[in-house]
Amino acid sequence: MILALIERLGDAALYHISDLGRMGFFLLSSVLGIFRRPFRFSALIRQIRQIGADSLGVIFFTGGFTGMVLGLQGYYTLSKFGSEGLLGSAVGLSLIRELGPVLTALMVTGRAGSAMCAEIGIMRNSEQIDALECMSIDPFRFLITPKFLATLIAVPLLTQLFDLVGIFGGYLVGVKLLGGNPGAYFSSMAQSVANQDINMGIIKSFIFAVLIAWICTGRGYFVHQIRGAGFGAEGVSRVTTHAVVLASISILVWDYLLTAILL
Amino acid sequence: MSEPIIRLTGVRKSFGSQVVLDGIDVDIPAGRTTVIAGGSGQGKSVTLKLILGLIRPDAGQILLDGRDIARVRGRELRELRANFGVLFQGAALLDSLSVFDNVALPLRERTRTSEDDIRKQVLATLDRLGLNGAEDKFPAQLSGGMKKRVGLARALQLQPRVMLFDEPTTGLDPEKTLEIYHLFYQIQQQLGYTAIIVSHDIPKVFNLADQVVILNNGKALVFADPQDIQRSSAPDIREFVTKTMGDVYLSREME
Repeated sequence: MILALIERLGDAALYHISDLGRMGFFLLSSVLGIFRRPFRFSALIRQIRQIGADSLGVIFFTGGFTGMVLGLQGYYTLSKFGSEGLLGSAVGLSLIRELGPVLTALMVTGRAGSAMCAEIGIMRNSEQIDALECMSIDPFRFLITPKFLATLIAVPLLTQLFDLVGIFGGYLVGVKLLGGNPGAYFSSMAQSVANQDINMGIIKSFIFAVLIAWICTGRGYFVHQIRGAGFGAEGVSRVTTHAVVLASISILVWDYLLTAILL
Repeated sequence: MSEPIIRLTGVRKSFGSQVVLDGIDVDIPAGRTTVIAGGSGQGKSVTLKLILGLIRPDAGQILLDGRDIARVRGRELRELRANFGVLFQGAALLDSLSVFDNVALPLRERTRTSEDDIRKQVLATLDRLGLNGAEDKFPAQLSGGMKKRVGLARALQLQPRVMLFDEPTTGLDPEKTLEIYHLFYQIQQQLGYTAIIVSHDIPKVFNLADQVVILNNGKALVFADPQDIQRSSAPDIREFVTKTMGDVYLSREME
């Protein structure tokens, strides 16, 4: 009884250690793929379109409403202390430092991360990745690295757009709708937002991009080796769900850690 | 029989506690067709993956030109793999690429052939395999038989010395099965490659075979002539014959 328990514990530990090793190797190979020739520039552009340009609508929508709700909440809270003039600073700081990077990363995970995971999982299951290997075509250079690089380029840019639209949303509600002072909105923002805050947002969005690309493509790539995932279509769907959940949690955990380090 | 091009000696492979191959010795003669048969779960596909270096054996050697596929890595493995062409069970075409781009893929990625020459070569291969006019279609728009042809066209682009076929007729009706086998025979006569066919399509596939390998309980039994399988009196062969070919095939020999 106790022996069986220890055995299962050891078995699970071994599985997770080897899984970690696999994922580590995967990250390394994805990065090294950048330096392998021939570089697939057209694939990179296509991926940037899929991950970046196609996410624009979602980012505008969520960014706009996040800014608007911040404007609404912020205005009522600040007006209790008679400091509506600080609304711009509150909206700007919370968007640039926290909400912009985190919400963008979560939206990209849901929109593009799940698609990447499912696509690669299906390619694995239908032996397309084996076929690439048999043709001596490096699946990392051919398949994974373009997605990886595209995420790294698209997510920080989307984050900046999210911030911009959010700030405008806050302005719309706080100033145009509730009658705050437009000059105070922007001047308080300009005074309180420092370069350091903007850098923090960019660093965060880079790290989140790595997490999204790594977890989502990695889970799909190893769909056949993940314990308890099952096979075929069901395996891919489970692994995709798992990847999205894992990526989202990792983003929130890393957000805390990065804030603690960078603040 | 001709010189072996691939030589498997003492190859063992197990997954967890399940022993799939328990020390098999097989020589694959050059320029001929070897059929690997056996019930499901007896290690047919595992043997194929071992030859390709997609998985590694627990023990034993797999020699090609005196180099052990089981031991090499990286660039050397890629060099050895360049000798192989593979037709996968589901053809494994990249479903985001058109038929033309799928067939052109090895040339574009592995050679410096100009786009004009690629076009000529790809169209010529498609023509040879009876696929003219299909170059702009996508894999999802093709029938099972056509997918296999496209898979074969892609595998032949880099002139492989050895062609491996993994259950090439799965999902095809009997008529299409014969048609595909006929095509395999013709193309092999033209190009002279060594063929390894993994199949449960027994006894039909034996018509193509110069040598048959039967995998049973982790062991490999090699027959230079498919006829020998019917005549064999070894109990495990008889069991295999009844199981896979039915009594009809057996009774013919008993008459």
